[in-house]
This record gives sequence, structure tokens and C-alpha cells, in this order.
Amino acid sequence: MKILIKNGRVIDPASGRDETADIAIAAGRIVSIGQVSPEFHASRKINATGLIVAPGLVDLAVRLREPGHEHEGMLESEMAAAVAGGVTSLVCLPDTDPVLDEPGLVEMLKFRARNLNQAHVYPLGALTRKLEGEVLTEMAELTEAGCVGFSQAEVPINDTLVMHRALQYAATFGYTTWLRPQDGFLGNGVAAKGALATRMGLSGVPAIAETIALNTIFELVRDTQARVHLCRLSSAAGIELVRRAKAEGLPITCDVSVNHLHLTDVDIGYFNAAMRLTPPLRQQRDRDAIRAGLADGTIDALVSDHTPVDEDMKALPFAEAEPGATGLELLLSLALQWGEESGLPIAQTLSKITSAPVRVLGESLGSLASSAGKLVQGGVADLCIFAPDERWAVQPGALKSQGKHTPFAGYELPGKVKCTVVSGHVAHEAF
Amino acid sequence: MLSRRNPQLNKNGELIHLLSIEGLPRAVLHQILDTAGTFLSVNEREVKKVPLLRGKSVFNLFFENSTRTRTTFEIAATRLSADVINLDIARSSTAKGESLLDTIANLSAMHADMFVVRHGESGAPYLIAQHCAPHVHVVNAGDGRHAHPTQGLLDMYTIKHYKQDFTNLTVAIVGDIVHSRVARSDIHALTTLGVPEVRAVGPKTLVPGDLTDMGVRVCHDMAEGIRGADVIIMLRLQNERMSGAMLPSAGEFFKNYGLTQEKLALAKPDAIVMHPGPINRGVEIDSSVADGRQSVILPQVTFGIAVRMAVMSTISGNNA
Repeated sequence: MKILIKNGRVIDPASGRDETADIAIAAGRIVSIGQVSPEFHASRKINATGLIVAPGLVDLAVRLREPGHEHEGMLESEMAAAVAGGVTSLVCLPDTDPVLDEPGLVEMLKFRARNLNQAHVYPLGALTRKLEGEVLTEMAELTEAGCVGFSQAEVPINDTLVMHRALQYAATFGYTTWLRPQDGFLGNGVAAKGALATRMGLSGVPAIAETIALNTIFELVRDTQARVHLCRLSSAAGIELVRRAKAEGLPITCDVSVNHLHLTDVDIGYFNAAMRLTPPLRQQRDRDAIRAGLADGTIDALVSDHTPVDEDMKALPFAEAEPGATGLELLLSLALQWGEESGLPIAQTLSKITSAPVRVLGESLGSLASSAGKLVQGGVADLCIFAPDERWAVQPGALKSQGKHTPFAGYELPGKVKCTVVSGHVAHEAF
Repeated sequence: MLSRRNPQLNKNGELIHLLSIEGLPRAVLHQILDTAGTFLSVNEREVKKVPLLRGKSVFNLFFENSTRTRTTFEIAATRLSADVINLDIARSSTAKGESLLDTIANLSAMHADMFVVRHGESGAPYLIAQHCAPHVHVVNAGDGRHAHPTQGLLDMYTIKHYKQDFTNLTVAIVGDIVHSRVARSDIHALTTLGVPEVRAVGPKTLVPGDLTDMGVRVCHDMAEGIRGADVIIMLRLQNERMSGAMLPSAGEFFKNYGLTQEKLALAKPDAIVMHPGPINRGVEIDSSVADGRQSVILPQVTFGIAVRMAVMSTISGNNA
């Protein structure tokens, strides 16, 4: 299919391009940006006047819920949510049931996703079998099956000997290990330790649960030179440690979630289970540090941490409710909102959900490494076309995702996705 | 999504549920205490009944075992002429396979007018209040570590009874504050009623520094904590605090923070000693203090019934 996107404001954070231009697409690739040959006969023309044409978004933390949690999300619903949110590439976590610890499971997931012909799916394989923190998975086999890295999802490895070996082994082959820094013992709580948790009688996770884990990881990285991506930081102290570790030159990258970029523990209000998240929402000071860290590049990428949760699992007392929130369809808007509030140029805002996450993924993206998250002539035609100033009210019932729980229900947010193009075909449109 | 408005108040600021003392205006607290005063005389009459809740069904929903609190609620409801239904629900609603909200929906179908709820998780009564029919009232009889508002109110009634004025008092709360819903409700009530100095006393494992944000002075030294106090509220120490590495032993706790006659001498001579019960003699309080002349532990129980009658009659008189 040949597509001509006319007269949009083309923003490519990777190259710095920001101009009104046409984009021609054929055979899944971007044929040209700017001057489109008169010979190009598009079968589909999209008028992007007044809209921004950006690279398709890249989301580094998504739970598709398949296999095993189909009551909370199906590939069909969550992939539809991805493209509705302008997300054309996503990394999914291994905490499915069964856990993504065998090549066959990964191949099946990739196959199912490919058949849906929507966003590109990049699974993280389990770092240890069944995520039990004891036996390493077959990382080379899993990589061949399509894994872009290895993760423990939310399950901490308490045994530092296993951690050390896992990083040594991953480093042998240049695989990236994705870790959410949280001490397995101090991390058992449902809200951030602090005045609010104390007042509400909720068990608290102290910030040292994060910093102790970070310090351990950094020591292991110094020793093994393994490449580590740190997932969903939550504390000001943690971000400061990452800043110093990066200055030291450690091979690390990190991300934060949209939830932690906008919310604090005060938003828990009267035990609102939609605010039950992992890691827990922290205080204003932490949120300020997250916002500043994302702006100055200490934090590489912004993720949706998309986690569809069944209705019944949220209709429970706060501590018993399942953590997580739907996020794919909010990623762009919450990024734009942050960018607006922080006074950032829009290209810089978009870089956190396009080019920067692609840098985190690096060579693991294979053939797409050079063009995903970017607008490159000859590169893959993954695009997100959106109306930057159109505000919309978040109505959970209207979301495509099977997960309807979001802390942002009722919020008015900027940025409405009008069209998502994946590998040169229109995967979503809402003109 | 839960609303941001305090869910226990209606649009006119009247109490429709009692979920927590936090956020309640001082006038509402005084009104309940005054109402309790009028009920105290009912409890001394030969016919201990008033018809305020006649024809109403009060369901005692105790997801956590408690004989004492449930009994006092039962007595209070009965003296208001309500029909009381006690439901013994297993420790956890989910353990039985039925969700908390399904249980509530079922009981609502039996035309309940009021739920008295005790639950092991902080916030559970909020969930119930949010999901039950508008005419149904919810009383929190203790949720996790969060709140035990009727205990807080009966403690205030007790203090008012013995000390009259709140605005010149020093109140020390001693023991396992981090796990105590009673302590939280007491602190909110005391600060709302204008007590100038509320102290939280205990070791750092049981008395977190964050408590200062609730308007209390944190003391890790017992002598400093109770010196010059007008009121000492001792909290019950649960055995599981020892296994959780919170404390080495009950004996060592008693040595440092147990209330003995000797330590009590540091408080004002007319200080009163309170305890929400059941007491652990020789763990948080010495028998000679518990049974001594300054102890008001048994009057607390008596006042508790009047206060619970006041709460039930107040909320059932207000419409959502």
C-alpha cells in the first residue's frame, strides 16, 4: 500500500527535523520525507494539516497478559490499545503464566502478535526459570526466539550469588538485563513509606528498598560490565544514584512510568485502588526528581507500564487490590502534559517515547535498530499522527484495552492520536 | 473511581458513615460526645432502651475476630431497639471464595440498614461505604492499622469525663503505635479537639518518625514521654511483634516501656491511665497500675456503649 501523508508538521527527535512536509510510504518503508516525487501515486492520502507526524511510539514496559491472564487482557485488545495510543513498538514483560522462560512460548507470542499485524512486539525473556531466581534461562535460545533482553519482572532475586552469575552470563553474550531495583525484603509494602502511609495505616516501602538494590546492582555491574536497564525508578534518591553511576560511565539506562511522572501518594485519596501501583507512588519531592531526571536525560525513557487489571481484582481493599494500571492509550498524552508543564520543546518530549527507548533497546532490535523510533528515508514506516492541542477526557469505558483502571480517569489531557501507521499500513485511525 | 469528597459526610457536611476521625470537624465530634452523655443515663435506667432505631437492621460484619468490640456494638444497637444480626465471617473474605463486595451485595439484599464492619485491611470500610445502597450506613469497627473511630471517640469521652477541657492537656500514647488503629484514631481526635501536646512513645520500630506529620511529638524515651502527662493511653502489644523483629522480647519491652507505679509517678498526680483492652498484664502495663486508682480502663468500656449508641443514632438520622 502506498500512503501519502500531506502537510503535517513532521517532527523527528532523533534527527532534529521539525518542519511541515509530506511523507511518502510504500512497501512498509518511508520512501521520502519532504520532496515527494510526482511519480508517486498514493492509494491512500492522509491530510495531516495541523497535525504532528512523529515516529511511532516505543513503549518499554507493557503487559499484554497473554499467556495465562486472558481474563485481564488479550493480545487482540491490548494490541488494539497500543496502536490507538500511537505505540508501534512495545516491550512486553515475562511475568505471564507460564512465564516466558522457554523459546517456544516466545515464538508463539511473536507469531500471534505478528498475525494481528499491529504493533511490533519485543518480549523480554525471564532471567531465571519461572522467575524463581534460582536457575538461569537459556538466554541464547530465547534471544534467537526474539527476546530483546532478560528480566525478573517484579520478582526480586534475593540471592546475590545468582544475581552475580546471571549478569556474568548475560554479559558474556552482550545481552541486556532489565531489573526493577527493589530489595526483596524491604520492598514488601503497598504504599511508599512516609507520612501518608503512616497516617492511613498502609504498610510502607521505604526509598532505601530502591537505593539498596541500586547500589547492589551497580557493584555487580562494575564487576561484570553487564549492561543493565533499570526499570521504573520511583525515588529521588534512586535517581541521584543513577545520575552518579552514569557519570562514572557504568553501562546502564533507566526508565520511569507515566504514573510516577504525574502522581504522588497523596493521590491515593480515600484508598483509591486505581492508585495501587508497583512501585508505589512516592512523595512530591520524588516526583519532582523524576520530572527533572527525565528532562535532563538521567532517565532515558518514559514508559506506560501498561498493566490491565481485572475489575474484580481492583474492587478490593487497597492492600489486597492487584497493582497496575492501563497505560498504552495514555502514554502520549501524559508525556505531552509533562512536556507542557516543564516547558520543553515538543521534540524533546517526544524523544522520551521514541528515539530514547530505541537507544535502550540498541542492537537487540535487529533490522529495525536503525530506523524504529525515528523517521528515516528507507526506514520502517512506523508513524504516529496526532493533534497536539486537542484535549480529551479520559473515560475508562472508552479505552480499547481490556484493563479499564487508570489513575487518570476523568483527567483532561492534551494530544489525540489520529492515525497510527505500522510497517506502512494504517493500524489505527480516528479522524 | 472513588470521589475526592470525604465519603463519610453528605453534601451538607453531616455524618452518614463513621469511617475515620480524620477530617471530621470538631463540632461533629463534640456533638457525638454530647449525645453519648445523654445515652449514658439510658444505660443506668432499669429499662435500658430507646426506640431510635426501631425496625432497623444492624449487621455486625466482623471479618476479623473480636468478641469485645462486637458485643459492645450489639449492646448499643439493641439499646437503640434495632434488630442485630451477627455474622461470623472467616478471617478473609476472599479465602471463602466470595469477594467482599459480593458479601455486601448479598447482605444488602436482606435489607440491611447499617453495617458495623471490622476488617483486617486498612480502608475496607471505605470500599463498602462506596458500594452499598445510599440509605445504608457504615460504621468502621476497626480496619487494619488505619482507624478505630468509635474507640477514639470513647477515649475522648473518657478524657472529657475526667478532664473536662481538652485544650490544656498533655496526652501520651505509649507502645505499638505503628500497628495501632486505636492510636491513629486517638491522635486525629485529640488534635481535632485542640489538645496542645500529644506524644507518641515507644521504640523506633514501633513509633515511626513520620508520626510528627500527624501533629504529635515522637518520644523514644519513656520517662520523657510520660513526664507531666495528664492522660496516658497504653496500647496492647501483639505477640507477633516479637517474631517480626520489631522487639526482642515482651520482657525487654516491659522494662523500657511498660507502665509501672514508678514510671506513672512521672506523670501529673491526677493523671488517668487508659487502655483499649484487652490488657496484657506485665507486658505493657503492671497489674498494680491497671487496677490502681488512676486507671479508668473499666469506665472506658461503660462509656463505649453510650458512644456507640451516639454514633449509630447520629448517622442513621442523616441522609446521603
